[in-house]
Amino acid sequence: MNWTPELGLILLLAIPLGGSVGVIALSRWPNLREAATLIAGALLLANVTALVLAVDGGARPSTTLMQVAGGMALNFTLEPLGAVFAALASALWLINSLYSIGYMRGNKAKDQTRFYLSFTVAIAAAMGVAASGNMFTLFVFYEALTLSTYPLVAHNGDEKARRGARIYLSILMGTSIGLFLPAVIATQVMAGSTDFLPGGLLAGNITPVMGSILLVLYVFGIGKAAIMPVQNWLPNAMVAPTPVSAFLHAVAVVKAGVFTMLKMSVYIFGLDFMRTLPASHWLAWIAAISIVLASLIALSKDNLKERLAYSTISQLSYITLGAMIATPLAALGAALHIIMHAWGKITLFMCAGAIYTARHITNVSQLKGLGKSMPWVFGAFMVGSFSIIGLPPLAGAWSKLLLMMGSTDPINRVFIGALIISSLLNVAYLLPIPVNAFFGKAPDKPAKPPTAPRLTVIPPLITAAGTIVLFFTIGPILDFLRPVFESGGMP
Amino acid sequence: MSALIASDILSLLPAWVLMHAAALLVVTPLLSGPIALILSRGRLAWVWALGISAITFALSLVLYAQVLEHGSIMYVFGNWAPPVGITYNIDALNVLVLLIVAGMGLLSLINGLPSVMQEIEPKDQAPFFAAYMLCLAGLMGVAITGDAFNVFVFLEISSISTYILVAMGASKDRRALTSSFNYLILGTIGATFFVIGLGLVYMATGTLNMADITVQLRENGDSRVIRAAFAFIVIGLGLKTAMFPLHTWLPGAYSYSPTMVGTFLASTATKVAFYAMVRFIFGVFSTGEPFDGALLELVLAPMAVAAMIICSVQALYQMDLRKLLAYSSVAQLGYMLLGLSMGTAAGLSAGLLHMFNHALMKGALFMGLGIFGLCYGVRRVPDLAGLGKTMPVTAAAFTVSGLSLIGMPLTAGFVSKYYLIIAALERGWWWAVAAILASSVLAIFYVWKMVEMMYLRETPRAKSRAKKAHPKAPLLALIPLLILAMANVWFFFDASLPKGLTDAAAAALLGGGAS
Repeated sequence: MNWTPELGLILLLAIPLGGSVGVIALSRWPNLREAATLIAGALLLANVTALVLAVDGGARPSTTLMQVAGGMALNFTLEPLGAVFAALASALWLINSLYSIGYMRGNKAKDQTRFYLSFTVAIAAAMGVAASGNMFTLFVFYEALTLSTYPLVAHNGDEKARRGARIYLSILMGTSIGLFLPAVIATQVMAGSTDFLPGGLLAGNITPVMGSILLVLYVFGIGKAAIMPVQNWLPNAMVAPTPVSAFLHAVAVVKAGVFTMLKMSVYIFGLDFMRTLPASHWLAWIAAISIVLASLIALSKDNLKERLAYSTISQLSYITLGAMIATPLAALGAALHIIMHAWGKITLFMCAGAIYTARHITNVSQLKGLGKSMPWVFGAFMVGSFSIIGLPPLAGAWSKLLLMMGSTDPINRVFIGALIISSLLNVAYLLPIPVNAFFGKAPDKPAKPPTAPRLTVIPPLITAAGTIVLFFTIGPILDFLRPVFESGGMP
Repeated sequence: MSALIASDILSLLPAWVLMHAAALLVVTPLLSGPIALILSRGRLAWVWALGISAITFALSLVLYAQVLEHGSIMYVFGNWAPPVGITYNIDALNVLVLLIVAGMGLLSLINGLPSVMQEIEPKDQAPFFAAYMLCLAGLMGVAITGDAFNVFVFLEISSISTYILVAMGASKDRRALTSSFNYLILGTIGATFFVIGLGLVYMATGTLNMADITVQLRENGDSRVIRAAFAFIVIGLGLKTAMFPLHTWLPGAYSYSPTMVGTFLASTATKVAFYAMVRFIFGVFSTGEPFDGALLELVLAPMAVAAMIICSVQALYQMDLRKLLAYSSVAQLGYMLLGLSMGTAAGLSAGLLHMFNHALMKGALFMGLGIFGLCYGVRRVPDLAGLGKTMPVTAAAFTVSGLSLIGMPLTAGFVSKYYLIIAALERGWWWAVAAILASSVLAIFYVWKMVEMMYLRETPRAKSRAKKAHPKAPLLALIPLLILAMANVWFFFDASLPKGLTDAAAAALLGGGAS
């Protein structure tokens, strides 16, 4: 059987799920079990690469998995946005799997089979989100992603982990069932389908008032995008082992949220219709407030992972902001930010995990002077920070630039201010960490400083290098994404 | 397509089975009950009951095939023409309920053997199965008959045998006796109300045949007597359905009864009473506005919403597992009543679909608890600790059914809630949508309380309480649970069987097609 893009869509689900079968079957031999994860990761990446090339060639592979009750269907249709998300998640999954091995073994974590199993299921769900051809399918995989990541958040199994996981689940499930689901159903009722249509499914079908109500339901229902006030699950999810925080809460889960936000803005409402809705402007304000507030909170956190979590909340709202401003440039910037932020933030998380594995340090204030014994880790951290801040020649520069360029309408100019303030705050809460590590003085020196396992150091170096590469390869990425926002997307 | 297959299968059966399937369906379990008593040995009686249940289920499938082929069928006893003699009328609605009762009866019987052997004293086992078969016969009778007084008779057959069945939990927990007594009192009040209502109807119309009552009511219009009769009947059936706030008998009856009885009742008894309610409100009394409008919108709908919210909260704070599920059942009955109270074909169809799905999920949950109880003596939420690891298959099936109860996509529960929401939107009932969603969110919490306990807590206590060194779930108990868990997933992807029936039923009762 030859590979076709349609088969590729099925393989998006089949490969990770095959990986999970492998993980279960090989659970008694840890080395083989990890090999199963890595092989699945490599296969998935190859499959996604082929799909991206096909989409770049103009193909829009589509396949209906099955017809479900009520005129809804589980349908996969890949377009550039989804292809980008799939590529991002599969590439970082592979890198993160290497890191997981180093971290989990370095920390002698328990229940590793369940860990790798949940990971493979979660990545399958993320692929489902990426390839969804309608909002209903997306909702199904969105929920699957929540459920499959729950055991990962609760992994440590102590009271704190259970509490964090409970908050994680109740906020994500509560918002999705209470707000997101009615929005999906209302869309189905009003438009007759939930398909992602270029130019917007709802545009012209509903009044601005109904559209505004629906938009509010969507924006707060997509809890994974962590716009305030539904952000609280993310800091609480930091009780998870660091590979989980790195991958799920900087890439797969949160990016699935903002990805949904963008899909909704571009394909359900349509950018032109979005701009006419009164609610979108106010929601943009809420996003801007989230950006600044979360940055301020990040500044006050001493726990490294919590600081990164609030930084993530702030950065996610950049994307929501772009989707709400809904000019083609801003939305394009938002789409780019999905990629750029992911590479930067996963670097930071992986570094935090490497530091923890080597020294069992969790707080920013304890990091002084560690730079000399862990130069690579802090070097990568520095590069990642620069990318988040948005300095060239690093990836984060482009997306911030485009977001600002997209906000030049008089009504939106204020948001440029929010972005600039946030960038300054980024400098304030991120840069002191590597600077203190390199130039600060350690209180006392251990005789022989323990080093982090090599597998926890190399992955952040790869992703840090990635942020540099992405800066220079921006041209093809822009060409790939531009049709979505300018000519209405799918041909 | 399926009608073709159905007629193929029908042609294989002997003619007398086809002709008398409707009568055999009730008569077989009714007459077999006493025989079980004679068998006197528990296992033998179980085998006998199993055979009879299988026959009953097969007969209900035959009726289903016949209804698919002919639309609706009428069986006339002794060839006495309708207004005089007793008739059985079977349409899509009846078949739906018959399938639920016969199917769940069979599955809970299979699942129940190990727990009955453990919980019921040997000398009581044969009577237990005899009572079970009488109960089954009674429920089937209610669901099939076309005679109003017959409904009362069968309702009492099933209720009285249920009181016995519940009371048999006394060897395990003495509270079963008070629960049974409580149920007896309230059930009898309900039955009395119902029969008073029937008496008034008979007084006004001079007939007890359901179809004939409708004709008479249409001709003679309504009167104060008819209105009083209607009120008595709805309240009486409401008690049997455990309609909020008439549900107080239910938690005790479900939680202190023997395990198998809990499973059986949770998935059948209230469904049948709910069916009777639907039949009387939309079928027998379908004379138009004066009966429906006010009752549905001002009485039933608020009660339904109250049940959905209040009982979900009660379930949230329950630590006794079976009580938790029982309160959840009352809340789920609220969904069905909400669908009914919309008074539209779409709403009724959604409510009936939820009835079908609820039988699947609650049956599975009770079975799962039964297995946990059998192996580890689990009764309260903390007892579940660590079972995700010690009994992975049972725990997984339990979790899937729990997700269905929440209404997660990829499970049957999602489908019926989805249709309910659509129906509420069509009716313009935004508050009902809000109530459905709020109740679903509450369901997340009370289901997750159990799931978290199973998977995230590890206490050595659960292991030390084991009655054997490594108790394993008996295969006999496990298989029905797995079937139901799979059904919970299957009916998400292909809900055409129940949906076809509920649509046809709603269309027949309310006219017009449901979407």
